[in-house]
Amino acid sequence: MLVHSRRARRAVHAAFLALFLPVFALPFLVVLAASLATRWSGVLPAGATLEHYRAATDADALDALTTSLLTALAASAAALVTGTWAALAAKGSRARRVIDLLFMLPVAVPSVVIGLSLLVAFSKPPLLLNGTPTIVVLAHAVLVTSFAHQAVSAALDRLDPAYEQAAASLGASPLRVLLRVRLPLLLPSLSAAAGLCFALSMGELSATIMLYPPDWAPLPVKIFAATDRGALFSGAALAVVLMATTFLALLAVSRIRTRAVHR
Amino acid sequence: MASGVRLPLVRVAVPARPRRIPAWVLALPPVAALGVVFLHPLALVLWQSVSPDGGGHSFSAYGEVFAQAAFRDALRNTVLIAAGSTAGSLLLGFALALVIAFVPFPGGKAIGRFIDVFLSFPSFLITLALLFVYGTAGIANGLWTGATGAAAGPFDFLHTPWGVLLAEITYFTPFVMRPLLGAFAQIDPAQLDVAASLGARAPRIVRQVILPEALPSLAAGGSLVLVMCLNEFGIVLFTGAKEVTTLPVLVYGKAILDGDYAGACVVAVVNIALSLALYGLYRTLTHRIDGAHRART
Repeated sequence: MLVHSRRARRAVHAAFLALFLPVFALPFLVVLAASLATRWSGVLPAGATLEHYRAATDADALDALTTSLLTALAASAAALVTGTWAALAAKGSRARRVIDLLFMLPVAVPSVVIGLSLLVAFSKPPLLLNGTPTIVVLAHAVLVTSFAHQAVSAALDRLDPAYEQAAASLGASPLRVLLRVRLPLLLPSLSAAAGLCFALSMGELSATIMLYPPDWAPLPVKIFAATDRGALFSGAALAVVLMATTFLALLAVSRIRTRAVHR
Repeated sequence: MASGVRLPLVRVAVPARPRRIPAWVLALPPVAALGVVFLHPLALVLWQSVSPDGGGHSFSAYGEVFAQAAFRDALRNTVLIAAGSTAGSLLLGFALALVIAFVPFPGGKAIGRFIDVFLSFPSFLITLALLFVYGTAGIANGLWTGATGAAAGPFDFLHTPWGVLLAEITYFTPFVMRPLLGAFAQIDPAQLDVAASLGARAPRIVRQVILPEALPSLAAGGSLVLVMCLNEFGIVLFTGAKEVTTLPVLVYGKAILDGDYAGACVVAVVNIALSLALYGLYRTLTHRIDGAHRART
């Protein structure tokens, strides 16, 4: 306890809320309120309507949502497999520092540049991917692999080696140890990593805007298009749909995690 | 005839140890995948930046881009906004984390979890929200015009660097708070009580007990945020500010809007160099913290 007097403590808490609420809670509330309004020129929005949500669930917007979901699922799966594999192979290897460094690099490179580099690399044969959904998925996978790798690496370091040693001493082959001991023990961290990858991919805009084909425009691109043409309120409704979907996915993943921990 | 009992000799079949595949072979597939979709394309960007359209190789594209006022403006903007946002996030993050950890109140734990959710939302949502708060027709200006009867409110900074700065501080503060809360959890509360019983007041305890303990996490969080600010794109794009150009926005503009790939590659290389240098610093700092941490425990 840093502050002992009750009055001082109250003052500190008041200052905390005065800083925290406008900065962190307000953005979400504002976007939510705006998505339900037709105009906002006072303290509170005016003209309550569900019109923006009707627009946010029309065929076009649902298409964008499906695109986002499919991209996020594919990218997270690819990132999880690659990141986990690399983390498992790096563990106990002499090349560990190099592998860790390589897999952390995409965090340091601007997402826009990752988009540009994929455009430069895959716009000509033999790998002509420009204009296909694959290039969007690849960009997202590159961007989120670092997070998967880092999460699994950290979890592997915390893992008690006694279990795998016991299994191996009882004659289990390395593959069997991996499938029956290590991966099940890693399941909680794997699902946490999956949730993070999924959420990051759902909100990815910088690399996507560099290379999305017209028939594969994820939700963030649609939100930008809406606000760019001045349709702020429908943009807000789309943003609420995006946040809600991401939040539900995170919630589902955390339920899987709780079950995995309890088992 | 006890000695007559002979124990049967048990033969235990020792399983032949399976031949293990060398570790580097196992590491090959993921590293190769990363090479194809990340390292090789990045190398191509570097290559393209020194290969002008006319053929041959030269640094002429660099000379051209460096001579443009737009590039110099973007470079200055990027560095200034990133430095300012990092400083702001550090200050705000330190203050908020301090209250959550050491002046606890009901609901503080929930705020810690809220931060985790906050981290996974896209950055452009912040700019979108700020448009409703400080935009030409937003809460702040609405309050002002309602109170004074003026035709327009005084808040018109969203399209300036200050708007970007405010959005980035809002978005990146949680990235500072998370490692800080971890570091604060390691501090033994008894240490604070001892300092207090020896007569130290709260500011002095913060300065002499808490701050030294938190310095490594502050440094690590700060450099991570600095790198992320240098690379931030969504926030700047959503402000729709024509006069605020940063390096990532310039890359986008040159490549997508102007179709000038060589120029975009040059700007990209400069941006990568800047970010990688700072990221190297970040890794050095975190490694040292890890080392210090292991040495202590």
